[in-house]
Amino acid sequence: MKVEQISIFLENKSGRLAEVTNVLSGAGVNIRALSLADTADFGILRLIVNQTDRAKQVLKETGFTVGKTEVVALEVPDRPGGLGGILKILHEAGINVEYMYAFVQRSGDNAIIIFRFDETDKAISVLTGAGVRVLRGEEVYAL
Amino acid sequence: MIWDDEFETLPREALRALQAKRLRDLVDRVYGAVPFYRRRLDEAGCRAGDVRSLGDLENLPFTTKDDLRETYPFGLFAVPMERVVRVHASSGTTGKPTVVGYTRRDIDIWAELMARTLACGGTTKGDVVHNAYGYGLFTGGLGAHYGAERIGATVIPISGGNTKRQIMLMQDFGSTILLCTPSYALNLAEVMAEEGVDPAGLRLKCGLFGAEPWSESMRGEIERKLKISALDIYGLSEVIGPGVASECIEEKSGLHIFEDHFIAEIIDPATGKALPFGETGELVFTTITKEAFPVIRYRTRDISRLNVSPCPCGRTHVRMDRISGRTDDMLIIRGVNVFPSQIESVLMAIEGVEPHYQLIVSREGSLDLLEVQVEVGEAIFSDEIKGLETLSRRIEHEIKDLLGVSSKVKLVEPKTIQRSEGKARRVIDNRKL
Repeated sequence: MKVEQISIFLENKSGRLAEVTNVLSGAGVNIRALSLADTADFGILRLIVNQTDRAKQVLKETGFTVGKTEVVALEVPDRPGGLGGILKILHEAGINVEYMYAFVQRSGDNAIIIFRFDETDKAISVLTGAGVRVLRGEEVYAL
Repeated sequence: MIWDDEFETLPREALRALQAKRLRDLVDRVYGAVPFYRRRLDEAGCRAGDVRSLGDLENLPFTTKDDLRETYPFGLFAVPMERVVRVHASSGTTGKPTVVGYTRRDIDIWAELMARTLACGGTTKGDVVHNAYGYGLFTGGLGAHYGAERIGATVIPISGGNTKRQIMLMQDFGSTILLCTPSYALNLAEVMAEEGVDPAGLRLKCGLFGAEPWSESMRGEIERKLKISALDIYGLSEVIGPGVASECIEEKSGLHIFEDHFIAEIIDPATGKALPFGETGELVFTTITKEAFPVIRYRTRDISRLNVSPCPCGRTHVRMDRISGRTDDMLIIRGVNVFPSQIESVLMAIEGVEPHYQLIVSREGSLDLLEVQVEVGEAIFSDEIKGLETLSRRIEHEIKDLLGVSSKVKLVEPKTIQRSEGKARRVIDNRKL
């Protein structure tokens, strides 16, 4: 039920993001979703790709610091209040969202949002219990 | 094991009285015999009879490496050449070497001090001492040799080089004590591994390593790989050679300075002011018993700290910390002396931080800014901003705690800090002073 995400440490220097995308395209890796968090000095690029291990390997070989984290992909009803309903479930269960970002692709009538929780397993059981659809990794990589 | 029970355990009051008496004698001697010292003492307004107590030491002028160069080769000798029985010389990376001389009595005292050093590692007359310090103009080989003979141990004067043969003789002669530089000890361990020699099968039990700076982690590595106890010893030819200070095998925590022969001080390298025990600064030595080549307040440029707390081994002599750096690398930031090695110690204490860092100093208006660049490796990387920011704050906090200086940690990508062969370039000072 979890999705593998890779994260990359980037200094705030021109050309670093382009370098990541070049390395990935050279290796035939396709980016499915991404988010960039930044501070004055550095950024953390988070990616969902179609080949996680391959992406991690080629980036490491190029000299990047790369981490791998498990995140959760949820189907969120694409209508007003759709996200609010999910956040309410999480709040009531005492689960924190560390960060989240939306997928470009849709799944039917629904949007897909990637969540990083402080308690991933608990979040998955609470959400599935409440009828929220949690996407499997293979579904996400293949979108 | 203590070699000289009387002097190595002298109560500190008696030791200070002895130092004061010997200091007075020294100043009398050099004032009469060495024109250089007479001129320096006159300039400083010190007359021979003025030195009455140890407190007067800080009024005496310093002696530096440059003074030694300017008086090359024998200008600082305090006895006629008929009384000099040996000279040694430092390699001198730039220009002329530094030349030092010894009378018969100097050689005798030196042998005693090296016997003390070897005894610090438990050496007795039953031991086989493998002396791989270089023999020749360098003080290491002959200095250690005479000390081992003084104890009555069997000395193997193997000197440096030909590592495979060294290992063969170590096996065949049953060497028990190893004397060499710490880097050569690691080299020996590596060659043993290549040759399939198991150090556990040797009789080696202890090594006394000096002549270059090394670290606690290197000690661990040598002890693990050679299956011995590794002790740090300290000396420099300008003071006498090896035999100035040694760790004791009981504690391995600081090197006892043989204070009945040398007075050690710690000074602020920027101002020359003497600092109290416990403060970090430049180590300065005055030799109070040497005849041929005595020095007054010789500035070593080595960074250390003195600790007078009693040692469980029974020796009363002050202990110096292992050398943590050289004053040549020192930075003054907002009036505070900062040694790159201190920042390194903060970084190394944080799990996962790699020893690749660089200090960038700049000035904004009249304020000095210190930026500490640290490479982010996988061990400390986090997918969350707060994880990395917490790490930066922690490093900044610990630097502030240790040095009293604010800094800004900048996390950088791996391999972006320039690597160098040999000495890494740790500091970039962009201040226009």
